[in-house]
Amino acid sequence: MTDTAPPIPPTPERAPSRLARAWQSDFLYSFRRAPVAVLSFCVVLTLVLCAVLAPLVAPHDPFDPATLNLMNGFTPPGEANAFTGDSFLLGTDDQGRDVFSTILYGMRISLFVGFSAVLLAMVLGVILGLLAGYSGGWTETIIMRVADVQLTFPAILVAMLIFGIAKGITPPEYRDQMAIWVLILAIGLSDWVQFARVVRGATLVEKNKEYVQAARLVGRKPLSIMLRHILPNVLNPVLVIATISLALAIIAEATLSFLGVGAPPTKPSLGTLIRIGQEFMFSGEWWILVFPAATLLALALSINLLGDWLRDALNPRLR
Amino acid sequence: MSALISIKNLTRVFDVSKPWLNRVIERRDKAYLTAVSEVSFDVEDKTVYALVGESGSGKSTIGKIVVGLLPASDGNVEIDGVDLATETDPAKVAEVRAEVQMIFQDPYASLNPRWRVREIINEPMAARGGKTEGLAEKLLEQVGLSAKDAGKFPHEFSGGQRQRICIARALASNPRIIVCDEPTSALDVSVQSQVLNLMSDLQEEMGLTYLFISHDLTVVHHMADVIGVLYLGRLVEEAPRDRLFSDPKHPYTQMLFDAAPRMDGFGREVDPPKGEIPDPINPPPGCAFHPRCPLAVDRCKKERPKMRQIGDTRVACHLAE
Amino acid sequence: MKGPEMDKDPVLSVRDLVVEIPTRHGILRPVDRVSYDIHAGEILGVVGESGAGKSMTGNAVIGLLDPPARITQGEILLSGQPIHNIKREALRRLRGKKMGMIFQDPLTSLNPLLTIGDQLTETILEHLDVNQSEAQERAIAALEEVGIPAARDRIGSFPHEFSGGMRQRVVIALALCAEPDLIIADEPTTALDVSVQAQIVALLKRLCRERGVAVMLVTHDMGVIAEAADRVAVMYAGRLAELGPVREVITQARHPYTAGLMASTPMASQGAKRLRQIPGAMPRLGSLPHGCAFHPRCDRATDECRADPPPRIDYCDGRAACWHPLPQPETTKGEPA
Repeated sequence: MTDTAPPIPPTPERAPSRLARAWQSDFLYSFRRAPVAVLSFCVVLTLVLCAVLAPLVAPHDPFDPATLNLMNGFTPPGEANAFTGDSFLLGTDDQGRDVFSTILYGMRISLFVGFSAVLLAMVLGVILGLLAGYSGGWTETIIMRVADVQLTFPAILVAMLIFGIAKGITPPEYRDQMAIWVLILAIGLSDWVQFARVVRGATLVEKNKEYVQAARLVGRKPLSIMLRHILPNVLNPVLVIATISLALAIIAEATLSFLGVGAPPTKPSLGTLIRIGQEFMFSGEWWILVFPAATLLALALSINLLGDWLRDALNPRLR
Repeated sequence: MSALISIKNLTRVFDVSKPWLNRVIERRDKAYLTAVSEVSFDVEDKTVYALVGESGSGKSTIGKIVVGLLPASDGNVEIDGVDLATETDPAKVAEVRAEVQMIFQDPYASLNPRWRVREIINEPMAARGGKTEGLAEKLLEQVGLSAKDAGKFPHEFSGGQRQRICIARALASNPRIIVCDEPTSALDVSVQSQVLNLMSDLQEEMGLTYLFISHDLTVVHHMADVIGVLYLGRLVEEAPRDRLFSDPKHPYTQMLFDAAPRMDGFGREVDPPKGEIPDPINPPPGCAFHPRCPLAVDRCKKERPKMRQIGDTRVACHLAE
Repeated sequence: MKGPEMDKDPVLSVRDLVVEIPTRHGILRPVDRVSYDIHAGEILGVVGESGAGKSMTGNAVIGLLDPPARITQGEILLSGQPIHNIKREALRRLRGKKMGMIFQDPLTSLNPLLTIGDQLTETILEHLDVNQSEAQERAIAALEEVGIPAARDRIGSFPHEFSGGMRQRVVIALALCAEPDLIIADEPTTALDVSVQAQIVALLKRLCRERGVAVMLVTHDMGVIAEAADRVAVMYAGRLAELGPVREVITQARHPYTAGLMASTPMASQGAKRLRQIPGAMPRLGSLPHGCAFHPRCDRATDECRADPPPRIDYCDGRAACWHPLPQPETTKGEPA
């Protein structure tokens, strides 16, 4: 038996590549192999681009009264107006606004409200979830019981409640201006619970892993451990929920606006457009309703499908 | 040599009760699990002290208390004469904290998957506001990896390489003591020997003291200077390595040695030990080992044996001699 | 070396078995042309480090490969009948009847919602031609045989009411109750404590001897292999490195990998200051070196090893698949290295 073992040589095994590249390529590979995801992504991208670039894409500015001609009202899609001879791709509404342009501008508002509301819900939910999962004890009990109680109300009811209160305390002259922000607040506050629950669950798993113990060992404070160690490792499920929540938030916004408690008619969102449109549905001017509704459907469906794919792609067990 | 780690009457009780509402409905009392019960031992400077035991023996709990991840329920742990639980001078606490580091069992869970190796290794120094320039690179080479590996992520390494990274992290704050909690039990044999050799080399070079926690007798035999055998949270025997293996005095130690598979035990017919480890929530009265002990007498069922010194060996058994 | 049944036909014979997993980076071969026999009353130990393909070989035999992994070449004969290409349903009936399985984690191989009595009688009724009460009696007998005290009273218990060691006994009883010819035990003692492990190993040996069952014992623990197995197959990177009687493989290894593996266990180097070590680590399946998979870690490697894989070993004795095996000592019975 000799005790002159050779010194440890450099390991022959070469790590393939950097994390970013490997992960990206795996991620993109699974994306390429999912035609539904690719299609959804294209739809979402097109719609978002159209919405963001609405002033450039839209043939008319539906909010500029100077360019509106009431004579153009109720022009069917693709046909020339009997009085003015103007023709519109998707027709016009009762006030002669180009439906295509109102959809683009409306989608802008819908997407803005959706994104902002999800961002609010996400920030709130992630912070409370991390806190509940990492601290445990009374903090956890209080946060999670509040979440449970909120879940027993339909989200739309909570949103309407918040909307009602906000309406009561804002002076009437600011109401239209405030409406969008109140909408964001209402949807965001009604949506944080699922973020908090998922983050809490993931935090409970992560905080018992040895790398967190190692961080405690070197004297890191709880806040630093939560933000620097645990947060990056619980973001995957958050991303998935955020995507699906985005679709839900857009629908919630549309629902609130449809019920008349959302975006005002002067700044119509997709929901407001649908509300306006349904008045004309049975008098034959179907396009005023159908096109905004179809856009909403396409947007929400695509985001949802994208979220489904994301969930599978980020789940290491399914890969 | 003086004792670097001195543990006296260490006890740790966990509250394993169900939630309050369940207890009320099911009319149960609170349940307590005594994971460590009145354990005392000293670890000399620059030696390897091994704690062996099966599951539920409390060996990992002792390790966590020593590094400060868990508070003790009773008794105390002194490191270099400082009791961290009662010391009031924060500077002194921080100083001693930095002297004790830990290597964990699972090399896959003990490195943050989102961090680069450089950040991981520098963390103990960065947390104390120390200089980290070039530290990770130096340590990586010291543990047999390449300085270039500092920019990679943990998933690019094999289990053995990850354990080397963990060792590098443990060394970052210039510790004197490293608590090694089953450092090689997740590794393959050929990789285990590499990691154990590295740990021996580092101990010699840097004058480290290891508290080595393991269930594997062969690994303990190779690494340890002094070995403490734990059963159900109690220290049942402690002896220098060669003494323990040549002359085990506690019946549990003897049973453990007989039961461990041996590479030269071709076709060996062992008389397997009887019974299993009892439920630690309701340990047997008296000597915890008496229900499985072939030698047990009446006294063992009533009276918990005290630690006695017999030659080099300390043993907690009424009958040992 | 091993005794009485050796001249009879083997219970299990695996010939040139290849398991492949197609991935986007190419086809991986976790099992590459592996051949071995197991005779009645014999325990064949299969050792190797993680990723060596030892569990995959066992799964291939019982037909439990997770897709996309599949058998692409070779054959598996159970008592002379091919089972690698038969239908799922036929294979399912063979499992349990002819082949029993014991896994590492006893909790996952028992249904937590059924009593152990139900699970045993269900298996017995499915595979044996007996009525309900006979099945019940057989279940009790099986539990008694594996050493569960008061089996008649405990037959109505649920798996979670048993300790880890007792659960593994129940799993063994379940594997045995239809009187199979072959048992595949995949790391059966890894999750257990030393004292319980000794009990389970002793039980496996007794059952093998008394019932004449052929046992394939997959484990990474060389000590368990030494004590339990009659012959041992050493796997490396999906290939068989060495196959032979257990005493000879452990004490007089002929493949450099086996020799290194044995020497690097702390058991083998008691007293030495440093452990012997094999440099490097097992290559990943996606990046196997050319020629012999072990050559980058081998100090005997030559150009021959780098160019071509070594000749395969014969299934009966054969010993090492190596271009330059360690020399065989003059005396066949040497002292432990």
